[in-house]
Amino acid sequence: MILRRLAHLVIVLFFVTLFVATLTAMLPGDPVDAIAGFASPEQKEALRQDLKLDDPVYVQYGRWVGNFVTGDLGNYYSVTGGRPVADRVKDALPVSLQLMLEAQILALVIAIPLGVFTAYRAGSRFDKGANATAFALLAIPNFAIALVLAYYVGVRFGWLPVSGYVKPSDDLVEHLRRMAMPAIALAVGQIAVYMRLLRSDMIATLQEDYILMAKSKGISPSHVLWRHALRPSSLTLLTVAGLNVGVLIGGAVIVEVIFSLPGIGTLLYEAIQARQYIALQSLVAIIAVGYVLINFLVDVLYAVLDPRIRHARA
Amino acid sequence: MPELDPAAPVEPPLIPTTTLEPVDLVAAVEGPEPEAERAVRRGRLGIGGTAALFWLFLVVALALLAPVLPIDDPNTSIASIAKQGPGTEGHILGGDGLGRDVLSRVIWGSRATLLLAVSAVLLGLILGGALGLIAGYFRGRADTGLTGLFDVLLSFPQLILAVTLVTVFAGGGVSSTRRMIVLILALGVVSIPVLGRITRASTLSWCQREFVTASRAIGARNRSIIIGEVLPNVLPAMFSIALLGIAVVIVAEGGLSLLGVGIQLPTPSWGNMIAEGRSDLRDAPHIVMVPTVAIFLTVLALNYLGDIVRARFDVRESAL
Repeated sequence: MILRRLAHLVIVLFFVTLFVATLTAMLPGDPVDAIAGFASPEQKEALRQDLKLDDPVYVQYGRWVGNFVTGDLGNYYSVTGGRPVADRVKDALPVSLQLMLEAQILALVIAIPLGVFTAYRAGSRFDKGANATAFALLAIPNFAIALVLAYYVGVRFGWLPVSGYVKPSDDLVEHLRRMAMPAIALAVGQIAVYMRLLRSDMIATLQEDYILMAKSKGISPSHVLWRHALRPSSLTLLTVAGLNVGVLIGGAVIVEVIFSLPGIGTLLYEAIQARQYIALQSLVAIIAVGYVLINFLVDVLYAVLDPRIRHARA
Repeated sequence: MPELDPAAPVEPPLIPTTTLEPVDLVAAVEGPEPEAERAVRRGRLGIGGTAALFWLFLVVALALLAPVLPIDDPNTSIASIAKQGPGTEGHILGGDGLGRDVLSRVIWGSRATLLLAVSAVLLGLILGGALGLIAGYFRGRADTGLTGLFDVLLSFPQLILAVTLVTVFAGGGVSSTRRMIVLILALGVVSIPVLGRITRASTLSWCQREFVTASRAIGARNRSIIIGEVLPNVLPAMFSIALLGIAVVIVAEGGLSLLGVGIQLPTPSWGNMIAEGRSDLRDAPHIVMVPTVAIFLTVLALNYLGDIVRARFDVRESAL
């Protein structure tokens, strides 16, 4: 099982990196013109030598992977010369990871009790209301939530700052104040997904005989729900929470731009605006490789947690 | 056997004929559920579905009729209505940062946004559908290869893949038309694996049915079995996912616009209205809110109808 997954991982990583590595070659026209249109002919020739764009594709691919793995992410090109992309990524990556982690935690902390309770009281007015709300929330793009929050909470009432970032190690309270709106904007859609998912799994679990057994022994309902029913119901939730990282990454990029958080998304935005294709290539690679690795970890973790899968699909 | 006497009064049958219709067991046990919910579960339209259809009909009609509607030109600036909120005289939804009529822009914007969403999903539907049919029907090596292709395409976060493709092939300083074509191709490519997978799963299950075996037995060609027998049965699944796909692309257009690679100005779109209006959020939030509400209602309607189609044709989500 793990071996097959590993082989799958290697193949997917190969194609993903191949695609990213050949992005510059896919640029319409002369790639050097696209990367550094402002440069003089001599500078362009130097850049062409430097990037070795005339090498065969497989040589370029090998070199690109070597550079990427060793942390050489290429340069930003400007009239004043090149600056390494890696320097900025080093500062930006933690910001994005914090944002996604905090959003994910927030989503789970809200969705799990809601999912458990709506399953326990399935069909009640509260259940129906929560479900309808979740359905509506799913239709709101996260940038819309971000903009509405920014306007009402940030501008109109002035409760929270609308932009900027503070490291948690510098000032935890201020950090959370700045991350609150971006994290909420990202979490809202996830809450709806997780709640609906956990609810339907919980309802199925609550039909099991051992739950009836536990109830008939006189164990309190909350104990049955949280101790007996939640764990077996949470496996799908875990998988989806892992798969949803892709949605989270896409959302985080946009939310970062809206709230001016200096994360990978903001770097990506700047690279697009300034047409820094080498930087774009490296940033996309970081995002895609990170996403593939997270999915792999979720798969493995899922197998570890559920012995049925470890053996059944071997 | 009693003799039939035409004059004898017809006795009511022991079992009332009405019970021959399916009994709603859930309703019998749990009591009546709200009309809207029952409608979704049974795949009927109901009030919500009718409202959703009505909204989509309205949006499409306004988009098609934009050139003949009595609305302002979407790109004409009137200095006096710049940043004026909804309710300004003669401009129901107010003006944007440059004094262009917001109502007119949101209607004209729907044209570009819908054109993009429908074309991209159609492209994904044709390519993904064809690949999914081939993978599910022939299985074996074709299936392994195509499933692998879908896996690789899905190993990029979708929005990031779309952003990358658009930036590389229509990065900046390109014409509106070129940007639009590249956007359709990029978002079409992104939707291939999603639509391909659902088509494949649905094809796999339909191919095990007797009528497919029967067609094979009488010597029908693969192509005529796929088109004549399998495709009509797979279409509802594809259609329900395509509805959700259109919603996803509408949202993606907003995201791409915020990143600066959406539909290019001066062509208005819902996404680039939001991206442009962001700088006036403080003084004139309506510039952002109007297209945002339009996106929300349209996506909500598409999701709701998608759910109804899915329930109606019993498309299992696990097959996704």
